[in-house]
Amino acid sequence: MKTTAFIGALAAAVLGTGAASAQTLEDVNERGALNCGVNTGLVGFAAPDANGSWQGFDVALCRAVAAAVLGDPEAVEFIPTTGKTRFTALASGEIDVLSRNTTWTFSRDNDLKFEFTGINYYDGQGFIVPKALGVTSAKELDGATICVQTGTTTELNLADFFRKNNIEYEPVPIETNAEALQQYNAGACDAYTTDASGLAASRATFENPTEHVILPEIISKEPLGPLVRHGDNEWGDIVRWTLNALIAAEEYGVTSANVQDMASSPTDSPEINRLLGTEGNLGEMIGLSNDWAVNAISAGGNYGEIFARNIGEDTPIGLARGLNAQWTEGGLLYAPPFR
Amino acid sequence: MSLSSEHQGGLRPSTLLNDTRYRGLTFQFLALLAIIALMAWLGANLVGNLAAAGLNFGYGFLDEPAGYDINQALISYTSRDTHLRAAFVGVLNTLLVAVLGCIAATIIGVVAGILRLSKNWLVARLMSAYVEAFRNVPVLIWILIIGAVVTVSGANPREFLGEEAARGLLFGGFAFTNRGLYIPALSLGPGAGIVIAAALAGLVGAILWRRAVPRTLHATGRLLPSWPLWVILIAPGLLANLILSDALTLSMPDTMSNRFNIQGGLLIGKPLVALWLALSVYTGAFIAENVRAGILSVSQGQTEAAAALGLRPRRIMNLVILPQALRVIVPPVISQYLNLTKNSSLAIAVGYADLTATLGGITLNQTGRAIECVLLLMLFYLVISLAISGVMNFYNASVALKER
Repeated sequence: MKTTAFIGALAAAVLGTGAASAQTLEDVNERGALNCGVNTGLVGFAAPDANGSWQGFDVALCRAVAAAVLGDPEAVEFIPTTGKTRFTALASGEIDVLSRNTTWTFSRDNDLKFEFTGINYYDGQGFIVPKALGVTSAKELDGATICVQTGTTTELNLADFFRKNNIEYEPVPIETNAEALQQYNAGACDAYTTDASGLAASRATFENPTEHVILPEIISKEPLGPLVRHGDNEWGDIVRWTLNALIAAEEYGVTSANVQDMASSPTDSPEINRLLGTEGNLGEMIGLSNDWAVNAISAGGNYGEIFARNIGEDTPIGLARGLNAQWTEGGLLYAPPFR
Repeated sequence: MSLSSEHQGGLRPSTLLNDTRYRGLTFQFLALLAIIALMAWLGANLVGNLAAAGLNFGYGFLDEPAGYDINQALISYTSRDTHLRAAFVGVLNTLLVAVLGCIAATIIGVVAGILRLSKNWLVARLMSAYVEAFRNVPVLIWILIIGAVVTVSGANPREFLGEEAARGLLFGGFAFTNRGLYIPALSLGPGAGIVIAAALAGLVGAILWRRAVPRTLHATGRLLPSWPLWVILIAPGLLANLILSDALTLSMPDTMSNRFNIQGGLLIGKPLVALWLALSVYTGAFIAENVRAGILSVSQGQTEAAAALGLRPRRIMNLVILPQALRVIVPPVISQYLNLTKNSSLAIAVGYADLTATLGGITLNQTGRAIECVLLLMLFYLVISLAISGVMNFYNASVALKER
């Protein structure tokens, strides 16, 4: 698959069929579907459910964008990408938006010519070890064999962390999350490292989740967010403000349950009215219908609902909001004002 | 006069098409021009589209620090070394597994190919089963299966650790774990160079002795004994090491110093073991068929004639059949070697850090320079494949029938 994606990218680059800038919105409208790049399978973030329909935290953002643009949260073509193929898939125009636990870094933003349109999950790299090892801190992992998924920023953080603490380790590079977990569970590595959210998601799939601990050290900053190609600012704005709308909706108490009610007639809050299109013409400014945010919120609820349904504390993945709480509750989520 | 004008007529454009002497060349030339034009058009498009996307094509990233660690490096490597050095580590790892794999696949293939022709029903059927099973399942599947088998069959290294270990080291220095095979390492002390030189001298002496035996036999009719060969081979290195007591010592795997892994000694990593095994048995199945075809190509009369001269079956095989069969065997085996080398790019499936995993994997992803990295990869595999072809064609020429 990765070869296909590369060939696709190369063919696109060579034959000149790569998407030109500033017309992604037209392309999506014409196609009638959004091409969204997601993980090949990470429960809670992006994975097909028993009916083959894609579900997850990253998937919900794709659906919200599709709902905002096309009015239909089902009008999404999900394209699974690996850590290696995701950037070529986006650069070549194979996908319109990449929503795949991708860390916002300087070089990806500038050197690879992508535009990160916000942060939907504040993450950090952690370690998981079997409880039986009796390890309580990552600094005790001197001499351990550590499985690491290639094609991510994790190899660099891992090398830096062990170098900084002057301890040794043996890395085992593994292509996919599934194979890495298989190696870890077979005891071929003492620890497995990836983003802490991914560890929690993976632990939920273990036979005995309680026999494994995620170590307290978070060795890196991993702001995960959706990204689009450089050069199409209108499209970038649509993705950015769809995410902001979901975050703002939670802050203002707009949920999937009450959004239709609130949108039917102006409420007391001008901010909500502008967001839902009952006042002003924000939708027109962004090039969409005036009920774009209503559609986005109806698709899967506001940010808090999406979080709780896919990865929250009541799911098997069991992640606390932590840094991903609203700024009013001590978190980092802070949507700019809708006016 | 008319002759000369006809000759000049040969240079007229229409003659290039109509004259059968030139027509073939003309079309070849036109086809070449078309291909060059197509390549130029594709290349210009590539550069143009990359520039339009704001991406600049370049190899400057190779000088940047790589930033990641590699679990098996034949040369010294840290995460602060450059991407270029990381790529070189990958090249050496690819070459290592390719060379080991070619050797093992040849041995497996020759044995299986000969045994498949055995008159023993069971042996022949077993070898048929081996060949068919391995030839007809994709190599990636075999790599994954053998990787999983090696992982599951090896013990966890923690069972060897500590005062009250569940398992002891075999012969005090060997341990097969799910992370690889631990063996004692040779550690070089002061004077190691002298010992190694002495051992090499012993090897040269042994070769000279081996040559001297038939020469003396032919010259004087006296058959020299064979035991001095071993004395000459072993004694110099052994003596030198005894005199310089600390020159070469064995450093044993240490089970006490770490709670996760055996330290010290030499670790032949599980990825290497698994990949090597998988590539060898897979390619060995193809080579077995080549060997079988080669042997069957030698006329039965040769065997009967050799038997009539009183040669035993093994000597018939070694002295009569195989030398002739090699002419048929070598060319297809060259392409099996190429296949093995190229198949080694699947290494990442078992976590082996070959060139595709370092340059084509982590470096590509960290720098995002997909086209540059993949072009380099293609160049490397092309060079290495052509080099193998070159060497093997040279060997083929040396075993080919010398026609005078």
